[in-house]
Amino acid sequence: MWTFLKKLYHQLASPPHFYRLSPTFILWLAVPGYLLILYGTIAGLVYAPVDIVQGERFRMIYVHVPAAYLSMMAYMIMAIAGGIGLIWRLKLAHAVAASAAPIGMAFTFLALATGSIWGASTWGTWWEWADPRLMSELVLLFLFIGYMALRGAIDDTTRADKASAVLAMVGAVNIPIIHYSVEWWTSLHQGSTLLKEGGSGMQDTAQLYPLLAVIFGFTFAFGAMLLRRARTEVLIRERRTRWVKELVLSNEGDL
Amino acid sequence: MPGLFGVLFATARRDLTLVWKRPGDSLNPLFFFAMVASLFPLAVGPTPEQLQFAGPGVLWVAALLAMLLSLNSLFMSDFEDGSLEQLLVSPQPLVVMALGKTIAHWLTSGLPLVILSPVMALAFQMELEVAGVLMVTLALGTISLSLLGSVGAALTVGLHRGTALLSLLILPLSMPVLIFGARTVSLAAAGDAYSAGIYALAAYAVGALTLVPFATSAALRISNS
Repeated sequence: MWTFLKKLYHQLASPPHFYRLSPTFILWLAVPGYLLILYGTIAGLVYAPVDIVQGERFRMIYVHVPAAYLSMMAYMIMAIAGGIGLIWRLKLAHAVAASAAPIGMAFTFLALATGSIWGASTWGTWWEWADPRLMSELVLLFLFIGYMALRGAIDDTTRADKASAVLAMVGAVNIPIIHYSVEWWTSLHQGSTLLKEGGSGMQDTAQLYPLLAVIFGFTFAFGAMLLRRARTEVLIRERRTRWVKELVLSNEGDL
Repeated sequence: MPGLFGVLFATARRDLTLVWKRPGDSLNPLFFFAMVASLFPLAVGPTPEQLQFAGPGVLWVAALLAMLLSLNSLFMSDFEDGSLEQLLVSPQPLVVMALGKTIAHWLTSGLPLVILSPVMALAFQMELEVAGVLMVTLALGTISLSLLGSVGAALTVGLHRGTALLSLLILPLSMPVLIFGARTVSLAAAGDAYSAGIYALAAYAVGALTLVPFATSAALRISNS
């Protein structure tokens, strides 16, 4: 088992093997991912019982929570992959970091937008400055924007990879500090629904299961999207190598 | 070969001498700070209550922007005349030299802001004690801003469209400093306990002083590879 994993790791770290093996992984992530999202959204948005306090508005949770969680997950993947690329000089890690940024930014925006719409009807305000989560999420969006701007400004790919990796890691250290600095103000955001002391805050399984389904579904779908982007990124980065040329010639343009 | 403190001292002294020969460059951010701070009363309103209410935030944002403005020149001239490459190939640790340059940057751009700030505080109708708190928070906060800025300046050195990009990189990272700084002064102005914010700023400055030079030196190596 261990030798198999080790072999898999080394194979995946090499761009041609990654390109060859990734469709299988994408398929195994995408199919359950989108099935879970399909079940979660239908069950959550249509069949789940209405919340006593929040009414129909609570259904926003089925998009908001996975998006918010994945925005942070995407940043951590970006920073860790950048760090791996910087330390072990793994070319593939940089390709993954570059691919995670736009997806992460999209999820961050989605989390902010859904949260804002929900806040407008529940808190009576579109935006609350004193809330740590809102501010952290906004700063996260800014960090993604800065990261992509830095990447875009540097023409040399190797330099862009390394410079943006340093920025991502500095940002990763700073995010918790930003969070607590805003928490110093009073918080308005409600506490975590799922992770509460003494079990889940969501007692009704008809509400809970769809939420878990979308969380896992979004995660799998994110993995599939990430690998899909990384695949294209690898192809662009390796465009001058022999294996890409052979690939193109053997497929006659049908990749 | 000189020891680590010798290297630190020599790098800082060189930058300070350069600034001393052309003092105008480092005075510009200071004037910028004063002017931006003077613009706000015109926009917000001149009554003492309005000024007292807006003062801490306005002065802190103005200081943040002034620091940002001064960061562009941190490595730029050294990059253009090639002395940055001399630092990179020298056998001395780049971390220490990056720290030396950052210290020189703080002494020429952060410290003048700190010294000028009580005057601006009085213009914003703050009490003397509050002006003192503003000075302390600015002193601690500008150290962090200089350090954070040095990473951004190192990452963007040699890029032609560096200025706007630098702001894009640094402003989100500097948010905790701004929150703690401005909030602490507001608390002091309202007569509340404010020491927690000063401790937080001090902790942030010490943490940045310890960790950031390594990121800066890594960024310098990447930018010049």
